[in-house]
Amino acid sequence: MPLHIVDKHKSLYDTYVQSATIEEISKFKLADEPNEPETIKKLIMDELLLDGNSKQNLATFCQTDLDKNIHSIMDKCIDKNMIDKDEYPQSAEIENRCLHILADLWNAPDSLETIGCSTTGSSEAAMLGGLALKWNWRENRKKLGLPCDKPNIVTGPVQICWHKFALYFDIEIREIPMENGRYIMNSEEVLKRIDENTIGVIPTLGVTFTLQYEDVFSISNALDKYEKETGINIPIHVDAASGGFVAPFIQQEIIWDFRLPRVKSINASGHKFGLSPLGVGWVVWREKKDLHKDLVFNVNYLGGNMSTFSLNFSRPGGQIIAQYYNFLRHGRNGYTLIQQACLEHGIYIGKELKKMGVFDLIYDGTDALPGVCWTIRKDLSQEPLFNLYDLSEKLRSRGWQVASYTLPSSMNDVVVSRVVIRHGFSRDLCSLFVKDIQNAIEYFQKHPILRSLEKDEGENFHH
Amino acid sequence: MSLHHVNTNKYKGYYDPYALAVATKEIAKYTINEESNKPEVIRDLIIDELLLDGNAKQNLATFCQTDLDKEIHTLMDKCIDKNMIDKDEYPQTAEIESRCVHILADLWNSPESGDTIGCSTTGSSEAAMLGGLALKWRWREMRKKQGKPSDRPNLVTGPVQICWHKFALYFDIELREVPMEHGRFIMTPEEAIKRCDENTIGVVPTLGVTFTLQYEDVKGISDALDKFQKETGYDIPIHVDAASGGFVAPFLQPELVWDFRLPRVKSINGSGHKFGLSPLGVGWVVWRGKNDIHKDLVFNVNYLGGNMPTFSLNFSRPGGQIVCQYYNFLRHGRSGYRAVHQACLDHGIFIASEVKKHGIFDIVYDGRGALPGACWMLKKNSKVKFNLFDLSDRMRNRGWQIASYSLPKLPDIVVQRVLIRHGFSRDMAMLLIEDFNRSIEYFEKHPMIESISKEEGQSFHH
Repeated sequence: MPLHIVDKHKSLYDTYVQSATIEEISKFKLADEPNEPETIKKLIMDELLLDGNSKQNLATFCQTDLDKNIHSIMDKCIDKNMIDKDEYPQSAEIENRCLHILADLWNAPDSLETIGCSTTGSSEAAMLGGLALKWNWRENRKKLGLPCDKPNIVTGPVQICWHKFALYFDIEIREIPMENGRYIMNSEEVLKRIDENTIGVIPTLGVTFTLQYEDVFSISNALDKYEKETGINIPIHVDAASGGFVAPFIQQEIIWDFRLPRVKSINASGHKFGLSPLGVGWVVWREKKDLHKDLVFNVNYLGGNMSTFSLNFSRPGGQIIAQYYNFLRHGRNGYTLIQQACLEHGIYIGKELKKMGVFDLIYDGTDALPGVCWTIRKDLSQEPLFNLYDLSEKLRSRGWQVASYTLPSSMNDVVVSRVVIRHGFSRDLCSLFVKDIQNAIEYFQKHPILRSLEKDEGENFHH
Repeated sequence: MSLHHVNTNKYKGYYDPYALAVATKEIAKYTINEESNKPEVIRDLIIDELLLDGNAKQNLATFCQTDLDKEIHTLMDKCIDKNMIDKDEYPQTAEIESRCVHILADLWNSPESGDTIGCSTTGSSEAAMLGGLALKWRWREMRKKQGKPSDRPNLVTGPVQICWHKFALYFDIELREVPMEHGRFIMTPEEAIKRCDENTIGVVPTLGVTFTLQYEDVKGISDALDKFQKETGYDIPIHVDAASGGFVAPFLQPELVWDFRLPRVKSINGSGHKFGLSPLGVGWVVWRGKNDIHKDLVFNVNYLGGNMPTFSLNFSRPGGQIVCQYYNFLRHGRSGYRAVHQACLDHGIFIASEVKKHGIFDIVYDGRGALPGACWMLKKNSKVKFNLFDLSDRMRNRGWQIASYSLPKLPDIVVQRVLIRHGFSRDMAMLLIEDFNRSIEYFEKHPMIESISKEEGQSFHH
C-alpha cells in the first residue's frame, strides 16, 4: 500500500480540512457525491448561528424557551404522525385529551362532548373556524332561498391569516381600520359593517399590533341587539391565538369565551402562550352541531369512528404531546404564575420607558398580553434625534430584536415599537434591555442621525 | 434543633417517580388540575403512554420517513425554536429554505431553476392546495378576460389522496376523479381527456398513487392535452402530485419524463418527509417559472432589507425539517439518494416475489418501475379461509403494520400493500416474510369462521 494514498483515512481528518468545508458547498443543485454526515451537520449548524438567539427576540409571539423535558419529548416523538390515528393511537388519545382540557378551560357548556382539533398553528385553526362559519351561513341562506355568493367577515385590524382566508376562500373581508387613536374594533364599528351576508364577526384576543384585547363581551351584546332588531343571527369566532392561553389564567374576570352563547368557535396557538414548541394550534367549537357535518371526514380508529377536520394531513405529533405535558406539569397555578411573571416584566419595561421622557405608551402592559407597545412622543420640545426604526437597528447590534412598524390603514403615519414578553424572560434581562435602550438614546444624542431609516428599510415585522 | 424531628417533605423529592401521587392516581385527562407537578415525572408518564403507539420501524403502512440518523436528531433539537415564517428573525433558515427550492427546481428540470418560485409547506396537503389555488386563479383570470363565466371550475384527477378531495370541497371546485375499474387502477390519458372541458382548471396526475404505488403516465397525459388543445383551443395545465415519486423518480427512473421537461407541467408538489428523507413536517411546491403563479396570491415580505415573495396557508411553522432537508441534500447527493432508494426498491421486489410463491395471491404491483414497495390481492378463485384484513390483524401481533383496504369504487377488491422506506434491511424483509408465511399456515390450521369485515379491519386512510 503506497504511503501517499490517504483517501482511506479521509474521515479521520478534522472537519475543517475536509473538502466539504474548504470548497464552496453546492447550494443550488444537488452534487453527485455524498458527504460525511457529521461534517455536513457542523457546516449547517455554523450557518444557523447567523439566525440570532431567540432569547433576545422580543418580536415574536412564539414560545422559544423550552425545558429539557420538552426537548426530550420532541426527540422521542420525531417520527409520530398526527394524522395516523390508527398507527399512533396513543398520540391521538393525547390530542383528544388536550382538546377537552381546552374546551373546559374556555368554558364550553359540555366540554366532554364538543368537537375540535389540533392544527399546525393558528392560521390553519382560523381557516377551519372560518370555513365552518361559511358552511353554516351558506346552508342557512340556501334554506331561506336567498343568494349565497357574497359572504363577508367583519374583523378588527387582523393578522395576515384572516386576509389569506378571505382571499383564498372568496370572502369579502370588512376590516375595521384603526383611526383617530382607536386601535381595535368596537361595537359601533362592527354594527356599521354587518349585514345579511356576514358569516361571522372575528374579535381578536390579543391584537398583534398593540397587544390589546378586543371587547368580545360588548360585541356579543351588540350582536344580540342587532338580532332582535333585524332577525339576522351573526355568530362570533374569537381569534384567541395569544389571549386564549393568557386570559383564563390572569384575567379571569374578562368574559370572552364560550360563556357567551354567541361565541361558536375559538382558535389559539399552543406554540405561543400555550408554551409548546412551534407547530401546534387549536380550534374548538362550542358544540358538536356548530361544525357542519359536510366538513368532517370520518376515519376508522381502533375499530371505532373518529371525526377529523384539517387542511394539513401528515403533521408531526411531538408538539401536541408537549402541550399535554405542559398541562399536566404546570396545572392552572403553574400557568398563572408564568403568565403573571411575564405581565409584570412588561409593566416594568413600560414604566422605565415612560421615565425616559421621549416615549408614549400605546399599551402599558397591564390588562392584556404580556408586553408593551410604545411610540415617540409628538409633543417634544425638540425634534427627536432618531426614529423607532433607528432604535430597533441599534438594539439589534446588541442582539435584541424589537419590532417597529407603522400602524395600518389611516394611522399609517404612526410608527410603533413593541416587545412581547414570553416565558423564559427574567427581570434581569428586562434591566439589561432597558439599559441598552438608554444607551442607544445617549448614542443618538452624541451622534445624531442625518437620515433616519425609512419604513421600507427598517420595517421588518410582519403580522 | 430537636433530634427527633424528621422533615418528611425534605425527602419527597427522593421518592421513586412511580411511588408519587401523580403516578399512583388517575392522571388528569379532560380538565386542567390546579397544582403543578414534577416535570420529569410527567415526562416519563407520558413517554410510557406513548409505548402504546407501536414502533415505526415495523410500520409498513405509512409513506412518511421514520428512521432518522443522529445528525438529524441533533439538527431538529437545535432548530426546535426556529420559525419558518419569520424570514427576518431567522434569515439563515430562510436562506436555507431558498436553496432547497432551487435545488428541487433543478432536480425537477425547471428551465428557470435559479429564478423560479416555490416554497416549503407543512406537508404535501398544503403544497397541493397551493398548487391548486394557483391553477384556480390562473383559470379564473383567463375566463374573466374572455368575458366567460368562472363559477364552475373543475379539476380532473386519478384516484387521489384525500388532500385533493378536501381541496375541492373547501375551495368550491368540482372534483372529476377518474374511478378505478377492474384492470385499470390509475388514470390514463383517454380517461383524463373524457372529463376535460372549458371549466377544467387543471389535470393532476399522481406520481406514486397511494392505493397501488404506481406512477400515472404524466407524459401520455401531457401529449393528450396537447392534442386536446389543438382540437378545442382549451389550454389545460398539469400539476403533478409527486408527493412520493418526486424524490424517487429523479434517482431511480431518470429516463421517465414527468417533470418540468414537459412544458405543460406548471407545478409539482413533493413531500420532503416521505422519500425526501426528512422528519415529519416538510413538503415542497415548485412552479415552473415565476409567471406560473398569479401575483395576487403572493404576499411580499421584507427580508434583510430586500423583498421576498411568500405563499402559504400556514404562518408560524417549525424550521427544523427544512434545515434537515438541506442536510439530506448535502449529505447524500444524487448518488446517495439513488443508493438508498435502490436498496428499498430491491427489498420491495424481493417481498413481491416471495408473496407470489404462495400461489394464492395476484400481484398488483411487483415493486418495479415506481415506488419502493409491493401490492397484492387474494386470487379470485382461492379457497383460503381468511381475508386480507385477517392477515393484517395477525401480522399486527408480531408488530407489523401492513395496510389492507378495498379499492375506491371497487369494494369487492381488497388489496394489501407494503411500503419500503429507508431504514429497512433485507434481514427485516426476511423476518417479515417468515411471519407472513407463518400467518398463512396458521389460517390453514385455524380457519376463520367469521372474517374481519372492512368496517372493522380497514385502518388505512389515503
